[in-house]
Amino acid sequence: MTQPKTIIEKIWNNHIVHQEPGKPDLLYIDLHLIHEVTSPQAFEGLRMKGRKVRRPELTFATMDHNVPTKQRHIIKDEVSKKQMHTLKENCEEFGVPLADIDHPDQGIVHVIGPELGLTQPGKTIVCGDSHTSTHGAFGALAFGIGTSEVEHVLSTQTLGQARPKTLQVKVNGKLGTGVTAKDLILAIIAKYGVRFGTGYVIEYTGEAIRDLSMEQRMTVCNMSIEAGARAGLISPDDTTIEYLRGKRHVPDGEAFEQAAAEWRALATDEGASYDATVEIDADKVEPQVTWGTNPAMCVPVSANVPDPASQEKDYEQDEVQRALDYMGLEANQSIDSVEIEHVFIGSCTNSRLSDLKKAADIVRGKQVHEKVTALVVPGSKTVKEQAEAEGLDVIFKTAGFEWRDAGCSMCLAMNDDIIPPGERCASTSNRNFEGRQGNGARTHLVSPEMAAAAALEGHFVDVRQYTKTALNG
Amino acid sequence: MEPIRVHSGLVYPMNRANVDTDQIIPKQFLKRIERQGFGQFLFYHWRFDEEGEKRDSFSMNDKKYTDASILVAGDNFGCGSSREHAPWAILDYGFRVVIAPSFADIFYNNCVKNGILPVQLSEDETQAIIKKAEQQKLELTIDLEKQLVVEEEEFNFSFDISDYHKQMLLNGWDEIAVTLTHEDKITAYEERQHLTG
Ligand code: SF4
Repeated sequence: MTQPKTIIEKIWNNHIVHQEPGKPDLLYIDLHLIHEVTSPQAFEGLRMKGRKVRRPELTFATMDHNVPTKQRHIIKDEVSKKQMHTLKENCEEFGVPLADIDHPDQGIVHVIGPELGLTQPGKTIVCGDSHTSTHGAFGALAFGIGTSEVEHVLSTQTLGQARPKTLQVKVNGKLGTGVTAKDLILAIIAKYGVRFGTGYVIEYTGEAIRDLSMEQRMTVCNMSIEAGARAGLISPDDTTIEYLRGKRHVPDGEAFEQAAAEWRALATDEGASYDATVEIDADKVEPQVTWGTNPAMCVPVSANVPDPASQEKDYEQDEVQRALDYMGLEANQSIDSVEIEHVFIGSCTNSRLSDLKKAADIVRGKQVHEKVTALVVPGSKTVKEQAEAEGLDVIFKTAGFEWRDAGCSMCLAMNDDIIPPGERCASTSNRNFEGRQGNGARTHLVSPEMAAAAALEGHFVDVRQYTKTALNG
Repeated sequence: MEPIRVHSGLVYPMNRANVDTDQIIPKQFLKRIERQGFGQFLFYHWRFDEEGEKRDSFSMNDKKYTDASILVAGDNFGCGSSREHAPWAILDYGFRVVIAPSFADIFYNNCVKNGILPVQLSEDETQAIIKKAEQQKLELTIDLEKQLVVEEEEFNFSFDISDYHKQMLLNGWDEIAVTLTHEDKITAYEERQHLTG
């Protein structure tokens, strides 16, 4: 009998183009996603050396980071405009398909890949973007790369990579009502820290993971990089296959059934071993709120902000103190006493249709708190359209939310959607780094449900108490 | 990229862990389409206040560190975004070596591809360097060939680096050119997978 293997080893072995002792394996890349921020220097590199894009049809580009989310065509910043224009020119010159700002498929790169069915189990997927880990939800080996690597993939359709170690994150039991995939991944990072995944590819396993929908799985895998892991994935199962059925770039009919059988066979074998395993009990996870300036600085909504004095080492005390100072919080303050001025529902972590639906369920028939500015930014044009078909836009707008066009928006504030210095935002995005949502802005990461409830109350609340009916309904 | 073999220079100590690439270079500077000129934006919001004035409270602005070419920092340096603008800014500012107890994976690769030597030392060794460099001007020599970090008086630390990364840095290879020597294998793979267009 052959040795049982993890899905990570299977995908890796399937993609080795060349191996030499003492060197990284040369892996074939099945899908290369591109956006405007991390690609211009790579295309320029090709031009300087007279190189071509080897497989333009395995490459797909979109514009997401810089795009305005209202008044779509008014780009005040000339440098942003130039960057978007450069992507268009590069795609034309090198024959790369592009969903530009006017294209019906435009959206955040990690939302549209899965939506179009470009993301499939077993593929190797790269993008000059660290949240490429999102695509791992489908059982693909997907990871972020730098611009030099983008150039390498454009030119050779391969990438040299050292074989990663494998890490199983096993989630036992079931998530409670009102506790989401976002809370789960935040709780995992809070428990094990921002670097426990460094050097590893994570596979998420266990009952609670199997119970997640595809969109929830994407939320989990998306934040693998916040634990230091370049890639995080989930073995394909019925949920994966049913989600893919009928997607544009997925085969149909007999060919689909054949593909589905191959995808199922990729799942980690019974008895396969990992280099490391960590576990967490899903039923103990509460809704989470980050209090500090990295995603591990996170507490359950029922808890208090930590005290620097309780940290062991002096530089850890400094780190906590610096984070509290930046965030304008007091040690030991209860997190639900923290008042907010902004709410952002969006980003590649939580801007898909099911995220918007759950937030809409909370705000339906209610009003955003008078001192809160609240924004919903769908992840793609398609999500926006689907949401409008279900009347979600009306629910949000009636409650006092702004309903915007698709893009990264306030996740990193590269366009005009910026939080002013010192102001505070409940955000469904993935990074609460200093200045992430604007210089001096204070970010608290939460689930869409928690963000919606905070928008109504003007401070954080345990969404489970807030509206049991909405969540059960 | 410029090869690096032995580098001697002044240390700038940054006693912070989890320094993310959003801090190394904030997003408003990622809009440029060139590789050059990012050094002026390095650690921008730590170095400069809202009016663009230098913050005295941030030690990098201290004159004694002006010529530093070795950045020594805490654990998990370069975490977060994959932006290669971060190593571009570090290099353009004048750093050739970054020393830390650990690095984020993508950042580490990005450094190597740009001729910046990332040196991983233990927590204690890093702290010893940081503490000393906070007290006085500290000069170090990093010998990549021998994998050593040396200081005249006291320090003599060895470090690990994969042979491949070492050779890349020593030789300043164009990695794409190296890969293209295996083009026949890439084509053969595509044929096996029925990927030929
Ligand atoms: S939504 Fe945020 S995290 Fe996701 S790709 Fe855009 S900027 Fe990056």
